[in-house]
Amino acid sequence: MRLLLSKTGVWIAAAAVILLAPTLFQSGFALSVMGQMGVAIIFALAYNMLLGQGGMLSFGHAVYFGLAGYFSIHYLNLMGEGLVWYFPVSLLPLFGGVVGLFFGVLIGFVSTRRAGTTFAMISLGFSEMATALTLILVAFFNGEEGIQTDRWVGPEPFGITYGPDIQVYYLIGIWCFVAMVAMYALTKTPFGRMSNAVRDNPERAQFVGYNTQRVRWLAFSLSSFFAGLAGALHAINFEHVGFETVGLAQSGFVLFMVFIGGVRHYLGPILGAVLITLLTATLGDLTQAWFLYFGIFFVVMVVFAPGGLAGLIMLHEPVWKTDIRLAQRMILPYMGGLITALIAGFGLIGLIEMIYFVSHKLAGDTDVLLYGFATDVSSIYSWLIYGTIAATGIVLCRKSFPAVRGSWNSAMDDVRERFSA
Amino acid sequence: MEILFFSLFNGILYGLLLFMLSAGLTLIFGMMGVLNFAHASFFMLGAYFAYQISQFIGFWPALVIAPLVVGVAGALVERYGLRQVHKYGHVAELLFTFGIAFVIEELVQMVWGKAPVPYEIPQSMKFTALTWQGMNYSAYRVFMVLISVGIFAALYLFLKRTRVGLIIQAALSYPDVVGSLGHNVPRIFMLVFGFGTALAGIAGVLGGNVLGTEPAMALQLGTIVFVVIVVGGLGSLGGALIASIFIGLLTNMAVSFDIPFRGFFEALGVSPEAMGTGKDLIDMTSSGISPILPYLLLVLMLIFRPRGLFGQRDV
Amino acid sequence: MNMALELTGVRKNFGRTEIIRGIDLKIPVGECHAIIGPNGAGKSTIYNLISGKYRVTDGRIHLLGHDITNRQPYEINRMGLSRSFQVTNIFPRMSVFENVRCGVLWVKGCKYSFWQFVDRRRDVQERTAEILASIGLSAKADIPAELLPYADQRALEVGITIACGAQVVLLDEPTSGMSHSETERMVDLIRTISAGRTVVVVEHDMGVVFDLAERISVLVYGEIIASDTPDKIRGNPKVREAYLGSDN
Repeated sequence: MRLLLSKTGVWIAAAAVILLAPTLFQSGFALSVMGQMGVAIIFALAYNMLLGQGGMLSFGHAVYFGLAGYFSIHYLNLMGEGLVWYFPVSLLPLFGGVVGLFFGVLIGFVSTRRAGTTFAMISLGFSEMATALTLILVAFFNGEEGIQTDRWVGPEPFGITYGPDIQVYYLIGIWCFVAMVAMYALTKTPFGRMSNAVRDNPERAQFVGYNTQRVRWLAFSLSSFFAGLAGALHAINFEHVGFETVGLAQSGFVLFMVFIGGVRHYLGPILGAVLITLLTATLGDLTQAWFLYFGIFFVVMVVFAPGGLAGLIMLHEPVWKTDIRLAQRMILPYMGGLITALIAGFGLIGLIEMIYFVSHKLAGDTDVLLYGFATDVSSIYSWLIYGTIAATGIVLCRKSFPAVRGSWNSAMDDVRERFSA
Repeated sequence: MEILFFSLFNGILYGLLLFMLSAGLTLIFGMMGVLNFAHASFFMLGAYFAYQISQFIGFWPALVIAPLVVGVAGALVERYGLRQVHKYGHVAELLFTFGIAFVIEELVQMVWGKAPVPYEIPQSMKFTALTWQGMNYSAYRVFMVLISVGIFAALYLFLKRTRVGLIIQAALSYPDVVGSLGHNVPRIFMLVFGFGTALAGIAGVLGGNVLGTEPAMALQLGTIVFVVIVVGGLGSLGGALIASIFIGLLTNMAVSFDIPFRGFFEALGVSPEAMGTGKDLIDMTSSGISPILPYLLLVLMLIFRPRGLFGQRDV
Repeated sequence: MNMALELTGVRKNFGRTEIIRGIDLKIPVGECHAIIGPNGAGKSTIYNLISGKYRVTDGRIHLLGHDITNRQPYEINRMGLSRSFQVTNIFPRMSVFENVRCGVLWVKGCKYSFWQFVDRRRDVQERTAEILASIGLSAKADIPAELLPYADQRALEVGITIACGAQVVLLDEPTSGMSHSETERMVDLIRTISAGRTVVVVEHDMGVVFDLAERISVLVYGEIIASDTPDKIRGNPKVREAYLGSDN
């Protein structure tokens, strides 16, 4: 318990954020986005139990998320018809977790014998099978339409009906908090430690007495439990589950979130889930190309920052732990890097938006609204301007990024010097 | 009997198309250890490029130009992306190609939209080449078979008879040794990646107008191609050929001979009057479950024989 | 006398190549035993066979009286055998403390438990600290293992190996690539370890071997040509011939 207490400050802050967020952002839209964030955080942390903690890259973790969603919806519906025992809706995520756990134990047993590429391929196979099954088992999955439900069923303890969205938000918030604490605690157990050990060096783990397959299987099962929990919350939140929730796109989405956030740090997936959910909700309406930017961002992260955003931040941990004044010399190069990146991004986004516009435009329409300006795509000048900006930005980036790296290196040298002194 | 021959022909045709895709993929995997998730995306690019080029100068130039463009694109992706990721290991490479697949799909949607494009069989090929057992076989399909077989033969001779082929073969079996023989491994990797993606491009040009050219085609075929190379054995060209044709036949036959499973369940003593999901299960037919079959094969293979039918090492 | 390790007619083929060609070896409990031989003689292969990494082609292996032939590495480890590796084989991204602790967990009964905090298991923490002190890495406990200097990584390698308190310890070239002073430190460490344990060492440094070992086995082309006390090995003509005949 002491261990958890030492982090108490962080947890209290997290609880406060979850508790108070609706008073700051009151609109229905904000509430809905924050609810989705909560679900995404749980799912992302569950996913990172595999990828970050256990070293297993899965292309099919949405299977447990989605199946739990379907089962939860069916339970709600059956409850509405009075065909099954009453089970408090507030606790339904637990039911979803158990569903996830059940399938996780089952499928995990056959898929966790190896890690690496084999595991990834098996997860892909199960993902595709699940997707195909949603179209075959129509009575259960109802094909492409998916299944609707009404979460307002049964008794209403303390007036909790889950009619108002704010109640659903708090349901998600509380479960999100519980799941965050639980999954953090898991990393501090013998299982959690050995999960890291198996990720780092499966051979050695065997020679200190651990059956690596058992460790992976356990990680897979527990992760599926939390994925199921998130799936049930997702179902309650939308009162609908569609076939896409079990599919490759959903699995890929959580993978992107977790990787962009950062797999090596506990906060990484949380960061990724919050950021990507927010951006998808806001930018998704603003630009049709959002998923393209998203994908490009992911690829850039894989190539240049395999530790994700959290990894980038943690690279600077030695600096602020040793002496925050070291950061002074870094400000200028970092600003330079940021500005050049923004210029390049500005130009490239302009170009992409124009291409999008040209290939999707209605006849006779020539003006696209770019950064608030009406831009004429039939004019060569528009293309030249944005092309020049993009090219300039890229050229400048090739100068500014080495400077960023250099200033970081020199700061790290200082840190090392102080250590050895 | 006509159905048998017809679906046999179509199965083999589909299998040969799969082979053209999987040949490149298995070469890339064998040499670089990279499972290229984006391989079918290059196939898709081949189809779209061919569509665009044939709008201007016709199908036949497109057949040559589109694969070249795709190959160059592949080589660039290797040179400026994959090569940087190599140091982080195979999982990072898989992540990278997964991201690239996603980006290519979005790019295609950006340029050509979400709806299928009308990429059609060239007019000059729209005649019946032969009639057999009462079924007509179009010239284009016969042409596809010939090209695929030709590519297989050329590839086989190239690998067995030329110096570069020998190096590639050596690298397939002993990837670490080739570097020590004084060959520029990064350059070979780039060329192999470019060549493999160009093969996918050819498949795209040939198959795009038969299978339909749309943004979803990459994902649909991509996972099937994974099945092919896993089942055939990673790095094994012969295995890829056999697995391609096997899977081509399997899926085509399952659809053509729509075998109901009801009798099977009745034999087991399951009541045919079942409701809901039980009814769905009983009413399953072989064509209904044909989308699952390849993946079932994949999972079973990976669990029981991870090196595939003809592979020399595990996945 | 009780035997810690007993190999009877052990053979190992890779394809058609015979690497180990029928080995009989008995190592009594408490002995410090060295295996020497030219490169490619099969020393590491023997370790891989004993520790369960490879399956034997033929023959039996007994550990403290139990048949361990072709058991899984983790089972063999639980029965009381632990090994180090020639190429440093640690958990690179975990801290030095955690590396050693991974070796302690199973034997302290933590198994796969996910309902207790490992930091609160005082027995585990104390044992880990003890081992760290004995390998001289207490001061570097919190550093990620991948950042340690080479000699410290070798010490850590041995630390993980002895952490589980195994009765029988196999060390694979513990001093390889080390400077003279580092080697001395390692020899002292091995001497401490061998108190109350059976230690088997594969080693190229003859100074170390003759310093430590109570008995020495000489392995040449997959066969043990002599197994005796250091003095007798020194005088054995077959050994001299094998060693002078090779480029070692």
